[in-house]
Amino acid sequence: MRKRHTPKDRLITVALHVALAAGLFFAAFPIYWMLSSSFKSNTEIFALPPTILPKAFTLEAYAAILGDPVKLRFFFNSYFVAGAVTVLTVLIALMAAYGFSRFNFRGKGSLNTLIISTQTIPPITLLIPFFGLVVSYGIFDTYVALILTYLVFTLPYAILLMTGYLNTLPRDLDEAVAVDGGTSWTALWRVIVPISLPGIVATAVYTFLLCWNEFLFALTLTKSTSMRTVPIGIQLLMGQHAFEWNQMMAMSVLGSLPLLLIYLVAQRYFLAGMTAGSVK
Amino acid sequence: MTRQKRSHHKLKRAVAPYLYLSPSLLIIGLLMLLPMVTVIAYSFQNSAVLRRDPSFAGLKHYQAIFDDPVFWASLWHTLYFTCMSVVFHMTIGMIFALMLNSDRINPMLRNILRVLYILPWLFTAVIIAVIWRLLLEPNGVVNSILMQIGIIGSKVEWFSSPETALHAVTFANIWAGYPLFMVSLLAGLQGIPKDFYEAADIDGAKAYQKLIFITIPMLMPIIISISLLDFIWTMQVFPLIWITTGGGPIYSTEVLSTYTYKLAFSSYNLSQASASAVVILLISLGLTLFYIRYQKAR
Repeated sequence: MRKRHTPKDRLITVALHVALAAGLFFAAFPIYWMLSSSFKSNTEIFALPPTILPKAFTLEAYAAILGDPVKLRFFFNSYFVAGAVTVLTVLIALMAAYGFSRFNFRGKGSLNTLIISTQTIPPITLLIPFFGLVVSYGIFDTYVALILTYLVFTLPYAILLMTGYLNTLPRDLDEAVAVDGGTSWTALWRVIVPISLPGIVATAVYTFLLCWNEFLFALTLTKSTSMRTVPIGIQLLMGQHAFEWNQMMAMSVLGSLPLLLIYLVAQRYFLAGMTAGSVK
Repeated sequence: MTRQKRSHHKLKRAVAPYLYLSPSLLIIGLLMLLPMVTVIAYSFQNSAVLRRDPSFAGLKHYQAIFDDPVFWASLWHTLYFTCMSVVFHMTIGMIFALMLNSDRINPMLRNILRVLYILPWLFTAVIIAVIWRLLLEPNGVVNSILMQIGIIGSKVEWFSSPETALHAVTFANIWAGYPLFMVSLLAGLQGIPKDFYEAADIDGAKAYQKLIFITIPMLMPIIISISLLDFIWTMQVFPLIWITTGGGPIYSTEVLSTYTYKLAFSSYNLSQASASAVVILLISLGLTLFYIRYQKAR
């Protein structure tokens, strides 16, 4: 065991805690500043010297955002698109993962490699052909355009994540269904799905996150204000009144809430989803 | 089971996986592989997308891009932005992971700090961009603090002067991205068997020797695979730069993604933009092949 009574040892412990505090400042100060600015008036944000805590605490910025139907629509759009893509991704990925996990078939290895490599395709490369396709099929500026394009980016990762999870489940379970004369389809929905909930939640969390954060396609494939999502809404807010910083910060706080809540409630699934592809 | 029934069952078993995979393959094929072929085709056409019967352009658009000094500047900025980001993501992630893993801190403090250190990860790029624009405003809090302690003499316009803009966006991206390394390395650290360190203690190894000869070699697979992924993803960053500087001032923060976007949707030169998009695709594919080979070798 380590001796911890020498002065040198105590010095190291103190230095470590100082470094931890510095790290905390680096990591958290920008976020604290967003939060505290969202409760300030716009004049106080640039007060000299800066006020660490809001001197005149006000909810005016939040009232301005939540009282504006145009901005509420941004939130609705983000929730709707992210929700729809999450449901579709989980269903489709579950089936593909079941195929990968429970069957041996010709081309399995190359399909798997294909799916791994699609994860790194640059979005900007697909943007131009998508724009061409979306315009020629007449779905420019619609939910369908966003949902279809997001699916392409969420599916590969979701398939890998789900396959990894299904591989950890014993095969005897679905083989029992086959012995009883059931099809693999019944096995999937009756046996596999109920015990795969942790994997499904991790996949859903990751998918939702990806959609909630998406910017490039929402920027290019929608045009009317009523079709814009939260990230674009924040950018629009910056263009409209360049100096309403408190509203921009309030909108950023509101726009971060879903991810913060998911993280606090389901930290384990969140981290599983975010790191699975890179660690395994 | 009769023989007929059994062969029927076998057939079902052989077809089933393809049925399960078909929705995914349909989507990936139609919306990913086909568009990739399309963008390559666009890059060889004149007035792609805009005209119904575009004429063949040969390598003209590639020539135009390689003759454009802004393209080379963008490539250089992308490289600087990406390399600096990956190096600092790794360094900061490693330092934080090692600090959090130390047995000198109280377990409760460790858990609280772990949650707080992950924070930057929970914010989307647009919000990160807006936060850093507020912090780095000429009248903002960073200038005010730096002037107070005497590091700078007058207000610096971080995002709007050509000398500082690229460093400022890179810094914001470094701040936003280290948690992936931190979380992965922390998981890796917890997987290193304790006996390794005990054996080293018996041999009288110093702390830095344990770091160099045990910890870092054991974490190497994670460091390499995350660095590659981070490199590929950082190279593609768009919203952070788009919102903080838009590629300016005077192209000083133009990267490949903003360069391509502007070609396509500001100048409506979709053919040339496609050529640029294909160049980005080729760079990514090269790195991806490298990544897959590395993963398979493990």
